[in-house]
Amino acid sequence: MGLLRTRRSVLPGFGLTLSFTVIYLGLLILIPLAGLFVKSASLTGAEFVAAVGSPRALAAYRLSFGASFAAAATNAVFGLLVAWVLVRYRFPGRGVVDALVDLPFALPTAVAGITLTTLLAKNGWLGRYLEPLGVSVAYTPLGVTVALVFIGLPFVVRTVQPVLQDLEPELEEAAASLGASRFDTFRRVLFPTLWPALVTGFALAFARSLGEYGSVVFISGNMPMHTEIAPLLIVTQLEQYEYGAATAIAAVLLMLSFVLLLGINALQRYGTRRLAGAGEPA
Amino acid sequence: MAHGTRVARALNGAKMSIEARSITKSFGSFTALRAVNLDVKEGELVALLGPSGSGKTTLLRIIAGLEFADAGNVFFDGDDATERSARDRRVGFVFQHYALFRHMSVFENVAFGLRVRPRRDRPAHREIEERVHELLRLVQLEGMSQRLPSQLSGGQRQRVALARALAVRPRVLLLDEPFGALDSRVRKDLRRWLRQLHDELHITSVFVTHDQEEALELANRVVVMNQGRIEQVGTPEQVYHEPATRFVYEFLGDVNIFRERGEDPRHGGIYVRPHCVDITRQPGGAGTLPARVQRVHIAGPTVKVELLTDVGDLVQAEISQQQQRRLVLAREDQVYVRPVESRAFDEDYSI
Amino acid sequence: MTSAPAQPDWTLAAPTPARAASAVADPPWVRVLLIGVALVFLGLFLVLPLVTVFAQAFSKGIGVYVDAITDPMALAAMRLTLLVAAVSVPVNAVFGVAAAWAIAKFEFRGKSLLISLIDLPFAVSPVVSGLIFVLLFGAQGLVGPWLIEHGVRIIFAVPGILLATTFITFPFVARELIPLMQEQGTEEEEAAVSLGASGFQAFRRVTLPNVSLGLLYGVVLLNARAMGEFGAVSVVSGHIRGKTNTMPLHVEILYNEYQGAAAFAVASLLALLAVVTLIVKRVLEWRMGRASRAL
Repeated sequence: MGLLRTRRSVLPGFGLTLSFTVIYLGLLILIPLAGLFVKSASLTGAEFVAAVGSPRALAAYRLSFGASFAAAATNAVFGLLVAWVLVRYRFPGRGVVDALVDLPFALPTAVAGITLTTLLAKNGWLGRYLEPLGVSVAYTPLGVTVALVFIGLPFVVRTVQPVLQDLEPELEEAAASLGASRFDTFRRVLFPTLWPALVTGFALAFARSLGEYGSVVFISGNMPMHTEIAPLLIVTQLEQYEYGAATAIAAVLLMLSFVLLLGINALQRYGTRRLAGAGEPA
Repeated sequence: MAHGTRVARALNGAKMSIEARSITKSFGSFTALRAVNLDVKEGELVALLGPSGSGKTTLLRIIAGLEFADAGNVFFDGDDATERSARDRRVGFVFQHYALFRHMSVFENVAFGLRVRPRRDRPAHREIEERVHELLRLVQLEGMSQRLPSQLSGGQRQRVALARALAVRPRVLLLDEPFGALDSRVRKDLRRWLRQLHDELHITSVFVTHDQEEALELANRVVVMNQGRIEQVGTPEQVYHEPATRFVYEFLGDVNIFRERGEDPRHGGIYVRPHCVDITRQPGGAGTLPARVQRVHIAGPTVKVELLTDVGDLVQAEISQQQQRRLVLAREDQVYVRPVESRAFDEDYSI
Repeated sequence: MTSAPAQPDWTLAAPTPARAASAVADPPWVRVLLIGVALVFLGLFLVLPLVTVFAQAFSKGIGVYVDAITDPMALAAMRLTLLVAAVSVPVNAVFGVAAAWAIAKFEFRGKSLLISLIDLPFAVSPVVSGLIFVLLFGAQGLVGPWLIEHGVRIIFAVPGILLATTFITFPFVARELIPLMQEQGTEEEEAAVSLGASGFQAFRRVTLPNVSLGLLYGVVLLNARAMGEFGAVSVVSGHIRGKTNTMPLHVEILYNEYQGAAAFAVASLLALLAVVTLIVKRVLEWRMGRASRAL
């Protein structure tokens, strides 16, 4: 343990807590994950490619990716708007609305799933108005996107909100005193400051949407090649005891998630670094 | 005073001497202390004085057992305490930012050291209560015992920190820039108060400061440190009037350096304090230099005069208001300056 | 005797005030428009679904509602859900505290790697999380056959559900406590040790009270997630009614059997849990004196 420590500390308990942490991590996280890679390594190259590259799998990736991207983009726009409104304006019920933003975090995904489906089906409370307009939501990729918008909603709001709150009024006052309009001030002064947080929120929503299962699986209808998301494909393969194929697709999905996670961490570090020292006394 | 001596007797454990031998400590590539030796006698109040990075806080923390030296030993009353944990050293430590337990009341904070004693050493509940109230009386925070730290001012928090450290009857009191985070008015008051407290309790105390005024006012002895080394140890008079090195001279007060024409600024020169510069309207013979007054301004009880000598040196002088009334100095006046008391250093000024 | 400082010297930090109306406020029409759009968006995506759950639950009357939630299978599902929470919450809370203590109070190599590893379950799709346990403990898994031989069933049994849920919820408390304890620093613990406290005494008397709100916050979020987890549990449970169905799975089964009202009835209990979670979360945030953050 002395090898690890860079500085000898007076507080006891290092050995105990670190060992416990590492053992727990190892047992619960690393070993099972290793199992995944061991299993996918047991496939031959050809089997792997066949599973990962089959038309059905490709369609599933396209849908997952496309819908997640669209949903995250929607959340970026509206999430910024919601965060702005919550931080800057006072209106009755603001506290309740602010608390409600976390609903997609707190609500079980299955509940969200059946509710959205019921709302958006042909005879649902929303669906019945959209149907005559020729817009089918339930059981289409659009439905998948709508569900993912719900899931990702809090991410952008909660990432942008603290940044908005910490903005000093002096910045805007300076811009105004120099003659900028409100819109210009927003575009040139505020938005660049918010941009890193916005991108981080987008990435978080995107990453979450990629792997989402419960809220999507009801509204999508799960038609292969059309509305089958990648996680569902994995489950279907599992149910058919195609462990190899399921593992291969899961491995690809996992790799993508890791890359995203690293990217998000880097973004967050970049964001804090960039904002630190802006407007602080010399 | 009767109250004070009674308290002193009640609060004191035996006094203790401290010895630090050859302490060396590095943090990564930065060397904080280089083979430092320090002796603190029983009952003394010693100041570790120096700029940031001089190693003074590190030395204090090593004595306390909150850091461990890379090399060297710490002795308490001749016993080697180097490997002992902070818990076993029975030192009272007062942190710069108080480190009060934010969720505990003032009472609980002060009582903490008594409550965590092993069962057999733990005083009875009533005894703890008495001791805490006694201490709160000593630091004049009676009636605040149920307040939380967040409800106290900075000066009050510092006094709670002191009471807390004293509660466990430490044999040594260590204070890390105790007044650094306070307003200057409060700082001056607390300084005076600490001095009086030490006069009553006579606990061996070491405090760290970067404020030379504070060190000179409070300490029995001052230890001037710079870049991990001790530059000088002495009484306040000694380090101020008989500085051993250029660094000590410059750190302990304003300084003027008079040079011969063309002399290398890094070596030689004589060092003169502003209040030791005599200003006259007539040339005074040997040792006088012609100079032109640049600026005169009142600074509280004294008058500060900036002058430029013929050889281009800037001189800062301090004269009394009486002297200014007599001389009536003004900008652009041509006068003569003479150092009354000065000091020269032989050794090279190492950078 | 000694005289105390005469003047008050308040150096308390003022709490961050709400943003005052500034001279550069937006024009009213902009404000109304933006608030309007935001509220419509949130109304459609948040309020409407929440209301729908309860509306659908009662759409066939109170009798059907009560029958649905007192049905033996539903009760079994509730019991299992509670069991899952009762196991995963304390276990992950202990882990979170230990990890935060190691990370926040000490300096050591590999710390940032450790922090990234703790975030791992957040990056993994719930389905994949379930899959990895199937690959390990399933009938065709790495250690599964050996375990089954010895009478230990993990997949398609309760232990698998517990494991999968513990995996999924594992970062919650740690992620909450690590920045909190880092922010609080080590000075108070050092003071405690210098006053004679042992490591455990310092932890119990100084650290724990300081992080109690943060710990509670993490536990509340953990609990909500543990009870509501669907994807991972769906994969490992085998959907055996009455035995390995949690509440979310039970909802799915009812829905797929076209028992809409019953499904929503059970779902309404979960929605109620979600609302309570939101309220408690809000109260704790207010007590901790800070704004909402992204999980």
